[in-house]
Amino acid sequence: MKTRLFVITSNVAPLSAVLITAAVILIPAERSGWDMSGTASQFVFFLTTVLIYSIFCIGLNVQWGYTGIFNFGVAAFFLVGSYTAAVFVKGDPPPPDPVTGQDYVQYIGGFGDDLNLFPALGTDEWLPFIVAILMAALVAGILAFLIAIPALRLRGDYLAITTIGIAELLRAIVVEEPSLFNSSKAIPDIPSPLSGLFSSSEYDYVYVGLLVLLVGLLFLLVERSIRSPWGRVLRAVREDEIATSACGKNPFEFKTQAFVIGAMIMGVGGAVYGFDRHSLSPDTFAPISTTFLFWTMVMVGGSGNTKGAILGAYVVYGFYFAMIQVQGYDLPGWISTTRISALRDTAIGLLIVLVLLWRPHGLLPEEARVSMWVERRLRRGGKGGPAPPLGPALDKPDK
Amino acid sequence: MTGPGIFLAFAALAIYSAVDHDTRKFFVTGVVVASVYALGAIGLNLIYGVLKFGHFAQGDSMMLAAYLAFFVVSGSILGERRDTQVLPVHLDDLPGSTDPIWELTFGYSLLLGIIGAGLLMSGILVLLDRLIYRRLRERRGNIVIFSIASLGLALAIRSSMLIFWGPNPRSYVEGIHPALHLPFDIVLKGDQIFIIVTAVVMAAAVYSLLMFSKLGKAMRAVADNPELALISGINTDQIFVWTWVIAGWLIAVAGVLLALQAQLNPNLGFIIVLPLFASAILGGIGSPLGAIGGALIVGITQEVSVGLEVSVFGEHLLPLAAGYKFSVAVVLLILILLVRPQGLFGREPA
Repeated sequence: MKTRLFVITSNVAPLSAVLITAAVILIPAERSGWDMSGTASQFVFFLTTVLIYSIFCIGLNVQWGYTGIFNFGVAAFFLVGSYTAAVFVKGDPPPPDPVTGQDYVQYIGGFGDDLNLFPALGTDEWLPFIVAILMAALVAGILAFLIAIPALRLRGDYLAITTIGIAELLRAIVVEEPSLFNSSKAIPDIPSPLSGLFSSSEYDYVYVGLLVLLVGLLFLLVERSIRSPWGRVLRAVREDEIATSACGKNPFEFKTQAFVIGAMIMGVGGAVYGFDRHSLSPDTFAPISTTFLFWTMVMVGGSGNTKGAILGAYVVYGFYFAMIQVQGYDLPGWISTTRISALRDTAIGLLIVLVLLWRPHGLLPEEARVSMWVERRLRRGGKGGPAPPLGPALDKPDK
Repeated sequence: MTGPGIFLAFAALAIYSAVDHDTRKFFVTGVVVASVYALGAIGLNLIYGVLKFGHFAQGDSMMLAAYLAFFVVSGSILGERRDTQVLPVHLDDLPGSTDPIWELTFGYSLLLGIIGAGLLMSGILVLLDRLIYRRLRERRGNIVIFSIASLGLALAIRSSMLIFWGPNPRSYVEGIHPALHLPFDIVLKGDQIFIIVTAVVMAAAVYSLLMFSKLGKAMRAVADNPELALISGINTDQIFVWTWVIAGWLIAVAGVLLALQAQLNPNLGFIIVLPLFASAILGGIGSPLGAIGGALIVGITQEVSVGLEVSVFGEHLLPLAAGYKFSVAVVLLILILLVRPQGLFGREPA
């Protein structure tokens, strides 16, 4: 009995992925009366969102999973990345709003139509977007650097409350200053990369492909740097800052670097979110639908494991998506849609607590060996070093 | 010198806004808001001092307590409106319980409701400690883990309020009530006077409990050095329970006062977390008395900055748009972390 239970719990990761996949395919299929093309487009939408969200989770994992930085303001970097990228790719503003007669804001960047340097290569279809993504990463990184100065030297919960505060402050600025980003009227018509080359029905699949490439690139970058000496210092900082500084490494410096790099990855996520949704309004960046969700994803997937972060995004957003689908059913009156979405958020909140209590290392725990050098020796049949402890210092008192 | 400097700058702002006739009403509202913040921040600092973690569910617990009071007073459960699905027995049924006392809007049923909310809230917090925080303590987890757990709980509490009572704002008593005109041109509602008086009484009670009772002495000992307290024969586990009980009462009173000041809605909790932490950190985290000072600074600055008119070189600096009200707390928080992270009244870090 005990071994059986063990087998089940050790296979939770693939099991949950299979269950979630079944739910996100079967529920929309059943609702649409087993119409396969509708189901496929729903699944593509699901995959697009999962891929975008996994970018945020990869960034958060660099900060929390590997370095132990308690960033609770993912929404701030999301917001900054999205709006920066949107400003850089937007073309001329649309005609004035037909209802109110108000002009939309003219943007400073607006490379949308202007960056066609080599028409033969079709640069207008991709160059502005690359510039926008880089700018989004840059601006998010600068914001992270500015936050790091006052908050990163202090205890973890100071950083948490500061980042929550900054995320809310930025959202308040977007809402209260309509001349910046149209306030709650939203920025409309954000273009997408390569969209001129495909029909709109094909484009959804193309965008999933682009996102897979982007997530793969970020995954390789993060894995490569985590297995480098730099990455080992990050984990040393996470485990014991005092011991790390005794070894001659400045923990504040490394924490700042990890915080900035994580934030830049989140900025990239914000940029591609805007390209996908075509429109941005401040409501998108409410903490519940962003920061909380990403934290749950990283905690469920496994802090300190990039694959875990992606799996967490898949599983948790799958649950979220399935609950949204359930809302579409004809439900009895007392189960209102408010109640279902509230139930979903309650579950997300409780999930964080339950993971902390029962499975603190998540679905995919941190891998034991994270040095390329050791791995190479192991493959040649040599002896590896001792396995480092798992996950962010969950089992150790804070010093 | 930064500490006294900031304090003097704030005192100048407070005195100016109190003396100037146009801004006096913002100053007075600020004091009312500060009373609510003070109770919440004292609770925050109490938990921080004894249990050593930032209780991010503080705001949402206050909101939950306010709903619990609403529940025992009106008996309303599972309903978008006040009169749907009412429990057979509730406090408003008591004879004469809704007749307004003095110039207040409510009768003695709400006073009983506060007591009911206090009992329920302490029970809930002790239960959460048994179920969650104690297990994490036994694992000797990193402090940040406690904060993450409390953030998860905050989200769960906020969303479960939506399940039970829906998104519509509620108030304990419906209808408007006139303001009182006091000397010095101070205009206050009866309920606002009740808020200030209750907060002062509650703060004084907690202060004397901490300073003059054996329990308070033990709590201060645990806050100072848990290991030393344990080997001195103090049952630290029991002290943790008592801390949650006292915090529960503070949260319940603060929550009901908050709902009297604003309207009761599920978003109330999240909005107030930032001013609460700003007050606690400004006053020096872990220091219950400092929290009162911090709360006064945050509350008054917040209200005055959306009322006071200030122009520099023809540019309008103040008043801020009303949407920035809670951003003031964020700015104060960042400022204090930059110049004096131990808080205005806190000790120098060791």
